[in-house]
Amino acid sequence: MKNKIFQLTDIIKACGLEKVSGKNLAERPVEGGYASDLLSDVMANAKKNDIWITLQIHPNIVAVAVLKELSAIIIINGRKPEPEMVAKAVQEGIPVLTSSFPAFELIGKLYVLGVSGLR
Amino acid sequence: MLQCFQADLHVHTCLSPCADLTMSPKRIAERARIAKVEMLCICDHNSAENVRAVVRAGRTNGIAVIPGLEVTTVEEVHILALFQHSGDALKLQRIVYRELPAAVNKPELFGDQIVANEFDEVEGNNLRLLSSATRLTVEKLIAKIHALGGLAIASHIDRERNGIIGQLGFIPDGLAVDGLEISAVARLATIRESNPEIGKYPVIASSDAHFLDDIGKTRTAWTLAEPTLPEIRLALAGEKGRKLSIGA
Repeated sequence: MKNKIFQLTDIIKACGLEKVSGKNLAERPVEGGYASDLLSDVMANAKKNDIWITLQIHPNIVAVAVLKELSAIIIINGRKPEPEMVAKAVQEGIPVLTSSFPAFELIGKLYVLGVSGLR
Repeated sequence: MLQCFQADLHVHTCLSPCADLTMSPKRIAERARIAKVEMLCICDHNSAENVRAVVRAGRTNGIAVIPGLEVTTVEEVHILALFQHSGDALKLQRIVYRELPAAVNKPELFGDQIVANEFDEVEGNNLRLLSSATRLTVEKLIAKIHALGGLAIASHIDRERNGIIGQLGFIPDGLAVDGLEISAVARLATIRESNPEIGKYPVIASSDAHFLDDIGKTRTAWTLAEPTLPEIRLALAGEKGRKLSIGA
């Protein structure tokens, strides 16, 4: 099955996400999604152009997103990103978004939209 | 004169909810003596309330006991904090208690948290939810440990759960940690391959004992003038002939 490819801007609008960092968001394709708070697991299992849902706010999340060529990071549950993390995200050009929803609700919304974790 | 000291610098007591109730101060010290471990560090989860009791029981048994805690950071990374004086460990405990959620422990779910004295008499129950994470980031915690004159060591980096590599993918660049701990020496070569950044830090081996039988099962041999924190600090820095060996 070929996944539908989304524009990050559409996902931001549909899920009511807030932007923390990132430019030219309309040009960032989202092909799928991955949810995990163990960064080692994300490094092992997330796929290119996945949108990543996590509650981790450590600066290392930016490095993992760059390494795995992820589309964007969504920090859930209204958690406030650390300033060092935001600075790193800006520097690396990784979009970081936040949601006041817990992971379960947010992933449900993304899934209904048609974003899938499978390829 | 430098001597070799056998050490297990990561031992829990009955204060840790996940540790066996037989992990009482006197029994721990006696078991260390039988296991030919000369130096212990007591690192209960987010608390140091049994440290003084084990220090005293250690004195009776000829075991040097380093005061410590194993703190859970907001990323759910476990970090060991080692101090020269129990008072400094208790100062960190005060900070940690402030950063724990206000929830109360449910012993039937998480386990008992027993405060005991050096004669293994129960002095009370710790009511806090010691098994939960604090609000301290790894970096903030390490800064607090250093401000109190302690050493910070990343716990069991070979374990996915609560190890810094498992939680954060790799050791953050420039992390001010004083050393890394592995619980299975055999896994070190594999980790060195996947995470070459660990080469920047000294690696110690300890048991993370939650049961008496585990004390000293994994250990580090330290070459020191005496079994104290300043000497451990020198060995971690590889200074003045002090060193450590994990037999890897």
